[in-house]
Amino acid sequence: MGEAWGCVVNASTASRELMLGRIRTANAAAGAGAGNAAEEWAAIPREYRRTSTLGREAVLELLEDRLRDYDAHVLRVASEGVAAAVLGMLGERGRTRMLAAPGVTAAWLPEGFAFAVDDGLSVESIDRFEGVMTESTLAIAETGTIVLQTVPGQGRRAVSLVPDYHLCLVRASAVVATVPEAMDVLATRPAFATTFISGPSATADIEMTRIKGVHGPRFLDVLLVMDDVARSA
Amino acid sequence: MSGVALDPKTAPTFPMAAKVLVGDTQMRKNVRHATDIIQAKRARVVGEMPDWQELRETGRRVREHTMKFLDVYLEEFERKCTAAGGVVHWAKDADEARQIVIGLVKASGSHEVIKIKSMTTEEIQLNKALEGAGITPYETDLAELIIQLGGDQPSHIVVPALHKNRQQIREIFKREMNLPNLGDTPQDLADAARLFLRKKFLTVKTGVSGANFLIAETGGVCVVESEGNGRMCLTLPETLITIAGIDKVVPRLADLEVLLQLLPRSATGERMNPYNSIWNGVDPRGVDGPKAFHIVLMDNARTKVLEDSEGRQTLNCIRCGACQNACPVYRQTGGHAYGSVYAGPIGAILTPQLQEMHYAQTLPYASSLCGACYEVCPVKINIPEVLVHLRNRVVEQKGFFDPEAAAMKTVGMIFRSERRFRAAQRFGRMAETPLVDKDGWIGWLPGLLGGWTQVRDLREMPKETFRDWWEKRGGAS
Repeated sequence: MGEAWGCVVNASTASRELMLGRIRTANAAAGAGAGNAAEEWAAIPREYRRTSTLGREAVLELLEDRLRDYDAHVLRVASEGVAAAVLGMLGERGRTRMLAAPGVTAAWLPEGFAFAVDDGLSVESIDRFEGVMTESTLAIAETGTIVLQTVPGQGRRAVSLVPDYHLCLVRASAVVATVPEAMDVLATRPAFATTFISGPSATADIEMTRIKGVHGPRFLDVLLVMDDVARSA
Repeated sequence: MSGVALDPKTAPTFPMAAKVLVGDTQMRKNVRHATDIIQAKRARVVGEMPDWQELRETGRRVREHTMKFLDVYLEEFERKCTAAGGVVHWAKDADEARQIVIGLVKASGSHEVIKIKSMTTEEIQLNKALEGAGITPYETDLAELIIQLGGDQPSHIVVPALHKNRQQIREIFKREMNLPNLGDTPQDLADAARLFLRKKFLTVKTGVSGANFLIAETGGVCVVESEGNGRMCLTLPETLITIAGIDKVVPRLADLEVLLQLLPRSATGERMNPYNSIWNGVDPRGVDGPKAFHIVLMDNARTKVLEDSEGRQTLNCIRCGACQNACPVYRQTGGHAYGSVYAGPIGAILTPQLQEMHYAQTLPYASSLCGACYEVCPVKINIPEVLVHLRNRVVEQKGFFDPEAAAMKTVGMIFRSERRFRAAQRFGRMAETPLVDKDGWIGWLPGLLGGWTQVRDLREMPKETFRDWWEKRGGAS
């Protein structure tokens, strides 16, 4: 689309050369001499923790604790009980008009409950749903964070944002303890748009009082699917 | 302050603005309340991290490394972002950045934009420029909305409306949203904002954002926020325009494992803020997010800062605002006294440098040099060191004939000689006599010295100096 605003691009190109030139001059002036960026990056000391010393069960408990601390509701469920748990959760919340991200594991959808599946709905249409159900890429225990990407089962970013209620399924096998462990996973799949979610939408802009749900979902329910029974034993 | 942009070129000097603002007891109460709460939260969640100092050290090293190879990483970012379908623009100064954004908004066919809170767009007074071009900007962050509707200015990097309490916010919303019966709980106010902005989110076709990090390795952009308004602006419009200082780049995605631990804990005292978004260009399948993505990489004197071997660490800042919350000066004056959108200790070193030392020269003096800002800085920017360095530059710039420099030289000359020192003491005792009140206090000094007594009283000099006392007792050998 460069040709649509050719003049802008031209001015910008001149500024590009100017700015890069200034940076090189400035770094030389400040005595930040040449070097190899990749080598020097690799040499940066990283003495912080990459992993946690906690056992598997403690990590899951930490995740639950941190999510609850941020006003999310969390429930553990065995793999075979997911559909029933989904139904129970929706009943508790009194939500009937629900949207699901395309590609959600079929076995996790309760029978007799009609989910609409997002197939490129307009945002006005998404806004008319009472809630949405998605899966997740991983979860970080120490920070109480769920990570979503634009992939099947998790959908595009708007579906987990516009409705008032988000029901998110997290596989216990995809729970990591620390942020560095999460980034290791994400580094292998960086092309997808990625969203970190830590609790429902919140603000503290008014007298530092934490208020739920300013613009995003006001309610976040997490079903922790125990799919790695062997590991957690 | 209402309606007038915080522009270092026109703002009153810090001592003048501060003198007025310390008289606003409501503002000071609001600022103290907010900063007390954030500081307590920060201390708690930082205390949870056994490796906090190691994270800080790596954070510092990553930022220093980035600045050393800034050209390399900006070019890499440009290459990767372009490959992902983004359009990269370069802006040497604020004016060029504004013109690029206005041109892009017009080309998107929109007369209104939804905006995510962004200090960079505040820095270049983008809203005013958009309005001048017939484009209506809607701030969507709750605090920014309060400021926009109130005709106010931000006073904190992270919590820009912390100088307002709920009653004041309620009055603004009642008036501007036409809600005469609005309640006064924080929840009532947030609900009003949700309703007010929802329609804008769903209908406005162009979004404008800042950026927390640009990832050279992937061409990705990261925005950190809490309310979801950021996600709305980033994903719902057809066109997204992001504007970022060139200092926002980080080498690799993996570096976020450090910065995303340091930033939320330092900024809002949370283990992780509710939402982080990372995206690369546009979705090739066209199903997720905007159809067009533009990013404006802005210099605006950052390369000048880079030139200065001591001042350049200022560019390492990740805009967490922890230094503001910890600063005893900021906590008394609030943010508006700084005459810039960047307030507090970081503003005191960033603003004069971004102005290439032509304006805001009193800001390096707006500090007690107590070091609290350095202590809490997640990337270990030695703010006191830079403050002193900038004070030196200010004096150098004022030159030989500056009265303050001349006075200091005179004092130095006096201190070098015992005879001159004794004479000065005698002279001082004589000269002060008409200024001393009956209780022995001096409330006003003439001329240049008046700056000191504007906000302080001074004790009269003792009748007898220590030397005289010592000599009288035969102490002299």
